[in-house]
Amino acid sequence: MEELRYTDAFSMNAKAKPQTTDGNLANASAVPADNESALVAAAKAGEISAFETLVSRYERKIYRLAQHITQNNEDAEDVSQEAFLKAFQHLGEFQGNSRFYTWLVRIAVNQALMKLRKRRNKDVSLDENIETEENFIPREIEDWGPSPEERYTQEEMARILSEVIGELDPSFRLVFQLRDIDELSTEETAEALGISVPAVKSRLLRARLKLRDKLNRYFVRGMVK
Amino acid sequence: MNCRGVVRELSNYLDGGLDSDLRQSLEIHLEHCEDCHLLVDTTKKTVQIFCNSDPLPLSDDVRNRLHNALLKRLGRPQD
Repeated sequence: MEELRYTDAFSMNAKAKPQTTDGNLANASAVPADNESALVAAAKAGEISAFETLVSRYERKIYRLAQHITQNNEDAEDVSQEAFLKAFQHLGEFQGNSRFYTWLVRIAVNQALMKLRKRRNKDVSLDENIETEENFIPREIEDWGPSPEERYTQEEMARILSEVIGELDPSFRLVFQLRDIDELSTEETAEALGISVPAVKSRLLRARLKLRDKLNRYFVRGMVK
Repeated sequence: MNCRGVVRELSNYLDGGLDSDLRQSLEIHLEHCEDCHLLVDTTKKTVQIFCNSDPLPLSDDVRNRLHNALLKRLGRPQD
């Protein structure tokens, strides 16, 4: 397979969301942890501790992304490791035209898809024919109340969300993951997956409607856990 | 707009991508159609719940394996 280049040549306009920093490995970098562009610059210059800080910042999200795509914990570990390693090796190609995280997501998606293809020993097509939203009728339309997620603990919600997203067809799951969980723009999602913008929009709608249907069983107002 | 139109435009509506005429037409329908009102509300909550969910922390084992493997492969001795 041809080695991909990980440039970020086109300008991106992702919905920016502040990233949290969490318990890092000992951060020996002299660069303040809240200055991402300085951390990236230091990592580019070969400062491994700066790169470690970036890894610690995004490891949970990258692992979840890989887990959602591969549906396998061992593969998710491998993919996370390969994605961060690849990112470090290709840092020179990152020009700062996108968020660092968006660039990292593209690498992780590519690694995860390669892992899927190897495991299944065949191509995983993201361009398979799919039904259009015209054929999809939402079922069980019921009131969920104002904050249905508050009926569950954080761990329970994480398990529920992981379960229902795992039930989605991969081509829908990937689009929803990138667009609504990782907050890439429609254009970035299309670029990362190598599909058209209309395909992203169509699959996103289907994914949202299907997930709504699946969550309905947990969230109907008055339902007792 | 009818119920099928609401389903078709649902994502664009939630993402704020509808022009004002279409948005107004959809919102007028929502005022009179309880099912579509609930569909929009629960789909919006679906996106918000996923969007706001923080990933769980990695277990110490997974985290240590990740960092140790990276440090080893990036050429710095593990602690």
